[in-house]
Amino acid sequence: MASAALDSLPAPLRSLRLKTKQQELLVRVSALALIYVLAFVIRLFSVLRYESMIHEFDPYFNYRTTLFLSEHGFSEFWNWFDSESWYPLGRVVGGTLFPGLMVTAALLHRLLRALSLAVHIREVCVLTAPFFAANTTLVAYAFGREIWDSGAGLVAAALIAVCPGYISRSVAGSYDNEGVAIFALLLTFYLFVRAVNTGSLAWALASAFGYFYMVSAWGGYVFIINLLPLYVLVLLITGRYSQRLYVAYNCMYVLGMLLAMQIRFVGFQHVQSGEHMAAMGVFFLLQVFFFLDWVKYLLNDTRLFKSFLRITLTCVITVGTLALGIGTASGYISPWTGRFYSLLDPTYAKDHIPIIASVSEHQPTAWSSFMFDFHILLFLFPAGLYFCFKRLSDATIFVVMYGLTSMYFAGVMVRLILVAAPAVCLISAIAASATIKNLTTLIRTKSKSPQTVSAKATGSKAAAKGAVDQSLPFQQNAAIVLLLGAFYLLSRYAVHCTWVTSEAYSSPSIVLAARGHNGGRVIFDDYREAYYWLRQNTPPDAKIMSWWDYGYQITAMGNRTVIVDNNTWNNTHIATVGRAMSSYEDEAYEIMQSLDVNYVLVVFGGVTGYSSDDINKFLWMVRIGGGVFPVIKEPDYLVNGEYRVDKGASPKMLNCLMYKLCYYRFGELTTEYGKPPGYDRVRGVEIGNKDIKLEYLEEAFTTSNWIVRIYKVKPPKNRS
Amino acid sequence: MAPSLVVLSTAVSYILLAAAISISSSPPVPEDGIRVISAEKRIDLTSPVVKVFLTLKVENDATAPEASQVLLAFTPTEVEHLAIVKATRAEGKRKKKIYVPLSIKASDIAALPNGARLYSVLLSSPLKPSEVTTLEVFYALTHSLEPFPAEITQSDPQLVYYRDSAVLLSPYHVMEQATYIKMPSNSVESFTRVDPTSRAGNEVKYGTYSNQIPNSYLPILVHYENNHPFAVVEELVRNVEISHWGSVQITEQYKLKHGGARHKGVFSRLEYQSRPSISGVSSFKNLLVRLPPRVHSVYYRDEIGNISSSHLRSDSHKSELEIEPRYPLFGGWHCTFTIGYGLPLQDFLFESDDGRRYLNLTFGCPLLDTVVNDLTIKVVLPEGSKNPQALVPFLLEQYFETSYSYLDVVGRTTVVLKKKNVVGEHNVPFQVYYEFNPIFMLAEPLMLISAVFLFFVACIAYLHMDLSIGKS
Repeated sequence: MASAALDSLPAPLRSLRLKTKQQELLVRVSALALIYVLAFVIRLFSVLRYESMIHEFDPYFNYRTTLFLSEHGFSEFWNWFDSESWYPLGRVVGGTLFPGLMVTAALLHRLLRALSLAVHIREVCVLTAPFFAANTTLVAYAFGREIWDSGAGLVAAALIAVCPGYISRSVAGSYDNEGVAIFALLLTFYLFVRAVNTGSLAWALASAFGYFYMVSAWGGYVFIINLLPLYVLVLLITGRYSQRLYVAYNCMYVLGMLLAMQIRFVGFQHVQSGEHMAAMGVFFLLQVFFFLDWVKYLLNDTRLFKSFLRITLTCVITVGTLALGIGTASGYISPWTGRFYSLLDPTYAKDHIPIIASVSEHQPTAWSSFMFDFHILLFLFPAGLYFCFKRLSDATIFVVMYGLTSMYFAGVMVRLILVAAPAVCLISAIAASATIKNLTTLIRTKSKSPQTVSAKATGSKAAAKGAVDQSLPFQQNAAIVLLLGAFYLLSRYAVHCTWVTSEAYSSPSIVLAARGHNGGRVIFDDYREAYYWLRQNTPPDAKIMSWWDYGYQITAMGNRTVIVDNNTWNNTHIATVGRAMSSYEDEAYEIMQSLDVNYVLVVFGGVTGYSSDDINKFLWMVRIGGGVFPVIKEPDYLVNGEYRVDKGASPKMLNCLMYKLCYYRFGELTTEYGKPPGYDRVRGVEIGNKDIKLEYLEEAFTTSNWIVRIYKVKPPKNRS
Repeated sequence: MAPSLVVLSTAVSYILLAAAISISSSPPVPEDGIRVISAEKRIDLTSPVVKVFLTLKVENDATAPEASQVLLAFTPTEVEHLAIVKATRAEGKRKKKIYVPLSIKASDIAALPNGARLYSVLLSSPLKPSEVTTLEVFYALTHSLEPFPAEITQSDPQLVYYRDSAVLLSPYHVMEQATYIKMPSNSVESFTRVDPTSRAGNEVKYGTYSNQIPNSYLPILVHYENNHPFAVVEELVRNVEISHWGSVQITEQYKLKHGGARHKGVFSRLEYQSRPSISGVSSFKNLLVRLPPRVHSVYYRDEIGNISSSHLRSDSHKSELEIEPRYPLFGGWHCTFTIGYGLPLQDFLFESDDGRRYLNLTFGCPLLDTVVNDLTIKVVLPEGSKNPQALVPFLLEQYFETSYSYLDVVGRTTVVLKKKNVVGEHNVPFQVYYEFNPIFMLAEPLMLISAVFLFFVACIAYLHMDLSIGKS
């Protein structure tokens, strides 16, 4: 229609008519631009629904450090000793974080300032994740084009722009490492595949820098440093070894390793830690391979070469094993960490490291959340794998390996769905793109003879799946129906993604929203109420004891010193807090005195029905405390293996500090009509100990919905 | 207790001094022959700000020259806490009586022997010999109520001390005088008796006293219950940004404090929620902000984000914003927050006859019933404005600075006005005049347009260039 309109135009304007190739470019660029905007805009639901604020727990630490970085400069930041957390130990922040995110945000902020745009650093932080998600779509497009064709690239960009698995951690305000790390991860992979495809040093170098950025941003870089050698190994085994691979891997590994060592938190791990040894092993293996290749060429004699091969291989394996053995035995090479183990063995954390198991995002993934986060991609993924295997190349092998390994990890830990999301999107995009392409070819060849149609349709999945017989005349109709079906599925995907984003993934979790009786929106802003009270009305050097979940928020919003926080680097310290919370008040008082605690903060949902409160987390405190201090025994808090807070609860439970602080004077409060006073709306029971007296603490502040309660630790009594 | 004793004793020494001097010699000032025929002092203690209404009937002596001013005396503590003094003079007889506002300035006459400072009321027309006139004086004192006990628990009411003199402190002879003190409720703990003294309900009357010699001072102490919210804004910065594209954007940063008796011990939410009439009576949880009509894009937030508890009601005369701090404020608790809003430009920016523009805005603090210790108003003029000049009806500190905002190259001229001790009576209009050439309005859009244009040019240039070294 457009061309018809153009035809009717006068001659000079007709020259403006675009050639097919230009038209295609225009469509591609504008589609990509729209996808870019879409990826950014869909992540702004949280700003619309709530406000421009930092979400959840870890982002508050990132925000606080970014603020510090932009105020004090990089050198101060790098050498920052934070005395506000982990009192009295403190934390060497510069050496214990991945600075990539903070540096990125601070640079963006500085850039905007230089362009004389007077934005606050908070806005930059809030929008960092959506910005990088939008950039990821561009990388996904390039990656898709590299492994399949530009159509698949576009579909991949569109799929990843709205994929809930990725959105869940990159909405506006979710200012966390993952926000930039997924971009870096995909970029590194893309550049590496490109390097392998071209054998160019420049691309390998670029991928080394991508890797460096990834290392600076997120601990998930371990995935790259293990996946790439695995990929190389697979290529070697399948006989796909080439000079291109040699150049790409060596350059990427050596440079990437050297660059990664510049990050203080990573340091010499690339040569010292067990998790990085695979990469080094493959590096040496490649050299041996190359050397053998060369010798084979020189000798030009199969028998001689075989004996040489035998000798060399024996030597190399012996030397390698010896080096590894000696390294491990002497402690030079550190063994695998608990987190790594728990990835390989999902049951490991439960038995050995309660602190990892206690985090909800470290739980194994349920099927429903796969469905929730991937929707139709879950069905397109195997189809895409099929297409990849049909057209096997170095690139498709890579993406298949990336997809399969990350899917496994996504099954082990909920949060790793995020890593799988780009792979799933890419592979699904191949399936969707190839299917639709085949179908449209079928429809287009309508006028041509059936022979041509069948020839073109051979190998197309639709033709096979749709059971379209060559002799049947309904071929085109079936194709149209299938095409409509595909569009229906894809549009359902879009609807699902939008719905999930707006309903499930846009909550900041600091501010809670609920529906009131009359359908209106009720906001529970108790967290900020409490933190702001701490910030304004306690002495500046006050030390706050709370469970570690709230540590980052207290330091960032309350600006007060905490005993433990979400960094969880010192298990003993956390266990001490857990012990204090699960002891009787007088014992807890001694522990608190030894830690100089001035205030104790607990989160309590019994009034509002907010279920992720400290009473529900309490068993983990007992477990973690008991893991270090055997005086705390889990069975003491249970009755017949059951965890309860009502009259039937164990006496230790009813009198431990956490119970007392949560339920202090709660027995006098009527929470629900028709229920006795002291009815806990989360547990659905009347509490067992209504007459709580506090001897060593006093209530200092309780928020309007009782969600956060703060108690002041009284000074020791004077000796009379 | 100790500090208040000291104050009392110094007050006593004032009287002694005054008496001694008045005996030994005639008062050094004033030379004119004014005397106060009758004086009535009404002190309103219902709110945290002490408001004093003084009615003075003064007469010039038959032998004296014409008097152009009448002097008022304040103790040093009063001077320190004096927020505003206003005086009017009743002119005309009976029904045609009108009140003419008079200007007041701190007198340069040396301090009185008892340390009192003098303010002179400049009369509109000189007082002829043996002429009688009536002056109405109003003044407000901030931070003059001392909570006692200084620390209270959640269930205690708030009691405060008020110190003053039973007789009028004046450099003139006072023939007849009475002082009335009005308190918010009947619960008065104690008050000093200086006979004749009487109490009726919530009002205490001192006097009538007659024939007081100049500079008399009889200290009194009133101890009573005042649960009125003692909201004190320790620091308020109002940032007014003018955009000639149609809006005046105002950002106000508050540092609020409960200035009453300090809260001690437990804060029990249960008590606070279930027994609001007896628990935390002196605390407050909401404040009213009076904003101009047609206000738009109002926000209320603090360092850690939006505060969701606020309501805006507006009609054609005014807008009222009811804000709730994140938590109720008890004695000594602090709270900082920011309020921002936009106003239509045509309501506040006008062009004067000489072609200059002027902004006409209300001075002071839009929070009702509060005392502002330190007020800073920054009027950010548009980029390219020249010769700014501020017109404020009272004395204050004033200087200029440059501030930078979106897309600024040379920066915006900013007029900074600073004043201490601001009360509700300071909410009067003030003007900032400046010269502005409308062509500067186009500077920023043109900058943006050229930037986008350059970007496209760069893209086109890139597409047409071949940067490769060798042919591949």
